[in-house]
Amino acid sequence: MRRFWQRLWKKSKPAGVALIVLFLLYATALLANFLSPYPYERQFREYSLCPPTRIHFIDSQGRFHLRPFVYGITVVNPAFKRYREDHTRLYPIKFFAEGRRRILGVEPPGKIFLLGTDLHGRDIFSRILHGARISLSIGLIGVSISFLLGLIIGGVSGYFGGRLDTVLMRLVEIIMTFPSFYLLLALRASFKPNISSLQLYLLIVIIMSLIGWASLARIIRGMVLSLKEEEFVMASRSLGLSTFRIITRHILPNTFSYTVTALTLSIPGYILGESTLSLLGLGIQEPYPSWGNMLSICVGNLRILTLAPWMLTPGLCIFVTVMCFNFLGDGLREVMDPRNW
Amino acid sequence: MRRYIVRRVLQFVPLLFGMTLLSFLIIHLAPGDYFTQLKMNPQISPETIAAMERNFGLDKPVLVQYFYWVKNILTFNLGESFAYHVPNAFLIKERLLNTVALSVFSIMATWMLAIPLGIYAARKKGCWQETVLSAAAYVGISLPSFFIAMLLVFLAARTMVLPIGGTTSIFWTGASLWEKFVDYLRHLLLPGMALTLAGIGSLYRLMKNNFLEALGSPYILTARAKGLPPVLVLYKHALRNAVNPMITIFGYELSGILSGAALVEIITNWPGMGRLILDAVLSQDLYLVMASLLIGGFLLILGNLIADILLVMADPRIRLR
Repeated sequence: MRRFWQRLWKKSKPAGVALIVLFLLYATALLANFLSPYPYERQFREYSLCPPTRIHFIDSQGRFHLRPFVYGITVVNPAFKRYREDHTRLYPIKFFAEGRRRILGVEPPGKIFLLGTDLHGRDIFSRILHGARISLSIGLIGVSISFLLGLIIGGVSGYFGGRLDTVLMRLVEIIMTFPSFYLLLALRASFKPNISSLQLYLLIVIIMSLIGWASLARIIRGMVLSLKEEEFVMASRSLGLSTFRIITRHILPNTFSYTVTALTLSIPGYILGESTLSLLGLGIQEPYPSWGNMLSICVGNLRILTLAPWMLTPGLCIFVTVMCFNFLGDGLREVMDPRNW
Repeated sequence: MRRYIVRRVLQFVPLLFGMTLLSFLIIHLAPGDYFTQLKMNPQISPETIAAMERNFGLDKPVLVQYFYWVKNILTFNLGESFAYHVPNAFLIKERLLNTVALSVFSIMATWMLAIPLGIYAARKKGCWQETVLSAAAYVGISLPSFFIAMLLVFLAARTMVLPIGGTTSIFWTGASLWEKFVDYLRHLLLPGMALTLAGIGSLYRLMKNNFLEALGSPYILTARAKGLPPVLVLYKHALRNAVNPMITIFGYELSGILSGAALVEIITNWPGMGRLILDAVLSQDLYLVMASLLIGGFLLILGNLIADILLVMADPRIRLR
């Protein structure tokens, strides 16, 4: 592990940084309950589309406070969502302000909306932290399933060849002749819209894996085709190993360096797939947040978009995550490439 | 060359067959009886159902239904939309043109920007210009296309420079042909820009790397050694060899472009296939979903065919094989 890290850092600084950022992102997703100031479904109806709360150190009299504070929020115009800071009410930011379960907060009736609120007055920051759980986990799970499928199907297809190979590869080709977005929507259409959140989550993962395995299987097949002629395969065959064991223990591990890079670089696809479905209202349903469905209200709604641009922050989160995986993938490619050793 | 193209076209025939089978199975292997659901729907008249029953053999086994469906496709009968009460073929024809316009526009814009930028960056390798361009490309690659579209819609709404949504302005009916064209183009600009920005990064990177590789190859050294002017070396010898692999890439990129186009269409409210298939999915209009999926796949195959033909024209090595 340590050697891997040193090599990654030496080859590519951005990849190292990306790995750290990703680690932090996943940690925040895990600790979402603890780090978020409010529960994700808590609605402050009177503060709908409230802009991000500013954190101050110096108050209106010019005095410096060591402990940062926020001002109370006054509603100026509820129809046009105008809010103003009330300089007479001052709420210091405290650890464990609302009981033992949340690390940061202000004492009620003060409010702290670090990234503003959405249409229902829910704190976007808290929702982003909780949404990270969905958006970040779906990439890992989806990638694991489709890589398992891709490795096994590609391995079997390449190793046995013949008619099985022909059938499997035709299937891969057919899947790949559809633009993935069309396929995603069509697959989603064939399932009933009214199912529970957990079922929906699994359904999204399965749909994306069903699309994603194809391209990997084709590449693995090509690699296996050339690997199976190698002497170590002949050796293990003459030792009497079972075919399953030869494929899984001897051939597939040799595709490892390619697989790890491809795996890292395809995680963004799953994250984007989930956000796309949720964005279009076909994925994770309210009130549970995901980065995609938090953006869905902005689609075709110019009023909200211009009134509350902070509603777009989940998009920035997706961008940062995707960029980190891209950096990491590029770095891994350099580390894994035997020519660079 | 003609023989090569004919062979490619023939290779697509079994693929088309597989495509129809898959799009049919996706919809029909779904849990729940679709046909009963149709009958329960008060919005669909008994006459429509009777007509569909006749045309598509809806009361017969699934496999038989498939052949009915294929027979209908071959006569361009894609069924009737339950939500719009018009033939699906009519709906798709209307939208297909817009999607093709958007895709072609963005492909052209992407290539016309990415190739010069890639060449420029390759020639400025190690300078700050290359660093800036490559960083920008990284950002472009990582930005989701729907997010770019949202940001552009936001900017357009703020600045009011570009129209958002639709293909035409209000004065459309009285306008001359040229005015209509300009108006259409103006509406196309916003989704087109979003799609271009989403695609330019990866293409730029490929072009830069290809050009660098071409510059490092022995034939460039030869060309330089025999005293060819540098312009000729760069733009005749290096460029041609660098662009060649890009045409192969075009086929692969096309899937992404079509998917991206569909998504961007939805965000920017451009009435294309994307909006159509989404609405069809939302209203459970399954025959329309099936037809849209098929058309999407067909577009992709067609694009690949065009890429193949372009490659043959650009690369004599393939022509001679």
